[in-house]
Amino acid sequence: MSEVIATRRLVTRLLIVVVVMFCFGIFVLPPFYDAMCRVFGINGKTAGAYQGEQMVDEQRQVRVQFLATNAAGMVWEFGPQADEILVHPGEARDMLFVAYNPSDKPMSAQAIPSVSPSKAAAFFHKTECFCFTQQVLQPGERIEMPVRFIVDRDLPQDVKHLTLGYTLFDITARKPPVAQAP
Amino acid sequence: MSAVIDHGHTDHHHGPAKGLMRWVLTTNHKDIGTMYLWFSFCMFLLGGSMAMVIRAELFQPGLQIVQPEFFNQMTTMHGLIMVFGAVMPAFVGLANWMIPLMIGAPDMALPRMNNFSFWLLPAAFGLLVSTLFMEGGGPNFGWTFYAPLSTTYGPESTTFFIFAVHLMGISSIMGAINVVATILNLRAPGMTLMKMPLFVWTWLITAFLLIAVMPVLAGCVTMMLMDIHFGTSFFNAAGGGDPVLFQHVFWFFGHPEVYIMILPAFGAVSSIIPAFARKPLFGYTSMVYATAAIAFLSFIVWAHHMFTVGIPLTGELFFMYATMLIAVPTGVKVFNWASTMWQGSMTFEAPMLFSVAFVILFTIGGFSGLMLAIAPADFQYHDTYFVVAHFHYVLVPGAIFGIFASAYYWLPKWTGHMYDETLAKLHFWMSFIGMNLAFFPMHFVGLAGMPRRIPDYNMMFANFNMISSIGAFMFGATQLLFLFIVIKCIRGGKPAPAKPWDGAEGLEWTVPSPAPYHTFSTPPEVK
Repeated sequence: MSEVIATRRLVTRLLIVVVVMFCFGIFVLPPFYDAMCRVFGINGKTAGAYQGEQMVDEQRQVRVQFLATNAAGMVWEFGPQADEILVHPGEARDMLFVAYNPSDKPMSAQAIPSVSPSKAAAFFHKTECFCFTQQVLQPGERIEMPVRFIVDRDLPQDVKHLTLGYTLFDITARKPPVAQAP
Repeated sequence: MSAVIDHGHTDHHHGPAKGLMRWVLTTNHKDIGTMYLWFSFCMFLLGGSMAMVIRAELFQPGLQIVQPEFFNQMTTMHGLIMVFGAVMPAFVGLANWMIPLMIGAPDMALPRMNNFSFWLLPAAFGLLVSTLFMEGGGPNFGWTFYAPLSTTYGPESTTFFIFAVHLMGISSIMGAINVVATILNLRAPGMTLMKMPLFVWTWLITAFLLIAVMPVLAGCVTMMLMDIHFGTSFFNAAGGGDPVLFQHVFWFFGHPEVYIMILPAFGAVSSIIPAFARKPLFGYTSMVYATAAIAFLSFIVWAHHMFTVGIPLTGELFFMYATMLIAVPTGVKVFNWASTMWQGSMTFEAPMLFSVAFVILFTIGGFSGLMLAIAPADFQYHDTYFVVAHFHYVLVPGAIFGIFASAYYWLPKWTGHMYDETLAKLHFWMSFIGMNLAFFPMHFVGLAGMPRRIPDYNMMFANFNMISSIGAFMFGATQLLFLFIVIKCIRGGKPAPAKPWDGAEGLEWTVPSPAPYHTFSTPPEVK
């Protein structure tokens, strides 16, 4: 009978391993991956709102290029006001992105930023960004959306050119826009 | 234990039940092993016929036989069915049959769960294959089902695919728990861990791999399910998720999975080569540690499948070196097999032919794996036919030749008859030539840049693709010969003695052939 007890104990332990590994896959890996991406700036992911201020490095200039892409099925017209600007590291700069809803219904959208080269992502700080919130546009409405950013003084010397890309996703189905006040 | 003492009176309880219900209700490890093996062979033919569709379409450039949408479903289903339906159940079947016989146990530790884990498989694969007949077609996103291809852009039937994967996962996990419980708790007295045959060792380690990673796969498809139906955004960038996360989770499962498919073959070959070289296995202890080392390393190399997604340089270096490190324990194994054969009195019956081919061809697949591990070079090889050539070289002459070798080696024990050696040798040579014709040219077209999973290709790849297709048809047709050999062996043939191979070692050869329905009701003495 001790064999039966030993088997039961072993099976219980193995089942615990199964449950732990399942939870590891669903509840640990995704947040861990997100945290790693944010901490190390992997995969072009940028951190949340930046609070600090920096001394401006007048000696150095980097080119910041802006890209706007619509995800599949997104009908908005979406683009930056300038294709690129020259900035000094440490300097806070603004750029406006324009979005226009040509459809005949209210829609909500979410912009997802990405910085390339990905090793520069950790040195690109956004103090203000339309990507921190969702946008709601009524039919035919046009808005200008600001982003304010600082390129870190510690940006590696070999990076002379950065690209800030936004992909705009239609999230109307997920977050229905609130009806316009009369 | 009274059943054993009353042996003479209760004989009628000891044979198999009659009729169909014997197979539905059986808890006998030999019955369940047999069902696993037949199921896996059916899936092998089904997945193989899908490969024939793929190779027929690729016989010539241009689109001639199937539509690209259907071609995508064929590549996807071929991969899924071969991995989860053919290779894995075949090894579980071998484990069911052989592990209790090898360690002197009367049956598996959890016989009823054993029955359940088998019968989940027909349900899982019925569900999976039925998606081909649904509106919108079956899974068409590759067997790796990367998001968002499988979530945002997948066909309607993806949900059925997800449930099928859940069922397969539950089945594999239960099978693995059963194997661990059997090996750790049911060994005959005197059968210490380091006396176990290597097949038992490799299966023990495989079972731990399964227990560790199948739940991660289940988690992965569960996240897909939630993204598709419940509005979460694990893999959806619009909601703050990340498609690259999918690849990390998938390959965290996927890389150990490839060792799940090869380690039991390592074990089987480590039993077969000594038997036909008539020498004990060279370096038994190092084989055990090498297997454990491979299993450990398999957990820290997954991102070598994703060098091109844009992981940081330090990450690429880490995963590149960790991957290359696997060549060390694998090399230990290959040299051990070679040393076992060295100066042995070798004969080349079918099991040995398949085993020797296994060692040589698996090593070729291992070397192309090393080439793929070189991160900067991988940018050229990624998603080309070179990758297809690589993993078919490790899976066909690796896993599948290992299964064929095991089948021929143990068929006399299972059926009580010797198989037809002439036909078996013909099967070997046809498989060997067909397989090399099919997969070797893929190295060349891959290096020249032919992408995988595309139904059409550049004219300049035409000749090599035609050779590949001819080899594939030859390999495919030859497997019907294998079916014929097995049926012929079941129905008759020269009666097999208890130990048909004079160099063979192990407890399984101490029971008569065919193995009685119940064996080792009283544990054997192990010296």
